[in-house]
Amino acid sequence: MQQLISFIQKYKYLLFFIILQTIGIQLTIQNHSFHKSTFLNSTNFISGNLYEKTANISDYFHLKEQNEQLVLENIQLKNKIAFLNTTEPTALETVLTDSINFNQRYSYATAKIIKNQYTKSNNILLINKGEAAGIEKEMAVFNNKGIIGVTEKTGQKYTRVQSILNKNSGISARLKNGANYFGPLVWDGKDYRNVQLTDIPRQANVKIGDTIVTSGMSTIFPEGILVGTVITVGDKNSRENKINVQLFNDMSNLRQVYVVKSLHKLEIKNLLDE
Amino acid sequence: MNKTIYYTFIGVFLAFLQVFVFNNILFFEYINPFLYIAFVFLFPLRTLRFYFLLLAFLLGLFVDIFVDSGGIHAFSTLTIAYVRLFFIKLYFRKTAVDYPFFSIQKEPFGKIFNYTVTLTVLHHFILFSLDNFSFQNFSSVLLNTLYSSIFTLLLFFLGGFILIKKQ
Repeated sequence: MQQLISFIQKYKYLLFFIILQTIGIQLTIQNHSFHKSTFLNSTNFISGNLYEKTANISDYFHLKEQNEQLVLENIQLKNKIAFLNTTEPTALETVLTDSINFNQRYSYATAKIIKNQYTKSNNILLINKGEAAGIEKEMAVFNNKGIIGVTEKTGQKYTRVQSILNKNSGISARLKNGANYFGPLVWDGKDYRNVQLTDIPRQANVKIGDTIVTSGMSTIFPEGILVGTVITVGDKNSRENKINVQLFNDMSNLRQVYVVKSLHKLEIKNLLDE
Repeated sequence: MNKTIYYTFIGVFLAFLQVFVFNNILFFEYINPFLYIAFVFLFPLRTLRFYFLLLAFLLGLFVDIFVDSGGIHAFSTLTIAYVRLFFIKLYFRKTAVDYPFFSIQKEPFGKIFNYTVTLTVLHHFILFSLDNFSFQNFSSVLLNTLYSSIFTLLLFFLGGFILIKKQ
């Protein structure tokens, strides 16, 4: 007993150090597993509020850009309507006569990014909507230029989003034109402008400049949201068959985003679990 | 003014400065300075060591909460806070008798340089290794450590020259 006490006396600083280090490494490990996110994160009241305040100030410097983006998106939507009108004159009317509530698969909400991160190897964003606005875990986040990430952890007023620039990210994507080959989008942690599309079968005909969109094979993302263009195609004989994709989105410059809620998610999940 | 309280406030100030200013500075798009570790360099030796270790841990944890990185800042800051004494013995040739009178500002520049470079590189290396959390991309960990260390040290010495009065 005497020896034990003198041991603790002698090494008290080392023991204290080790205890704190264990807490630190525990938090780090927890943070690296997607589904067991830590309780200490930036969705809490204090840091969320502070981030929102700073974002409100910096918002003013981006108003012009945001306006241009909105105009672009309006044009995209207008073109889509015009296209629908010419090809299928009845398309608009059928949508109107259909009872929307029963056919709607996704509902959209807007949010603002109040903290952006793109230089780490596991990047995380923070948006200013939370459980109070109906945001849940595993909802898709994107803007008019393309995908951004998946919600990961919700607070009362803020939500943490796992960016596509995260090593744990694996959103299913496919080639826009051509056959329905799909595979997960991963990030190698090197350049924030590029992500990698993997597991595309060898026989797929992938050319530089091809557009990549989301595949709709998961319950999270709707089909056909833009991702980027192919810039290099890997060696066809390798196991992974990595395809480098340049993102349409400039991940270093994000403001307004959309959050998608999949209304059929529960049904699909139930079917898959049976 | 009580030195301990004074340096505790400096720690809080550095934490906020790190989160809201330095985390937004991205030199060449990648290089991020971590100036908050200056707290560990400057904190006086005479204070109870438990208190110092705890403060260093909390400072790291505070930065962690804001950048959502789990516990990597807490881990690496606590490490350099713990090994600090060893390097003070090594570089400044001080023994336990000298600790109450030790002040980093009164030391020659060469020794301070060695001391801060060692601790900064150690901190950044642990930080980026834990951030990477795998053995892939190890070269990028080393490069990040090198560049970030240079930037942090540059800011530390510049700040020192500007803010600290010569006695």
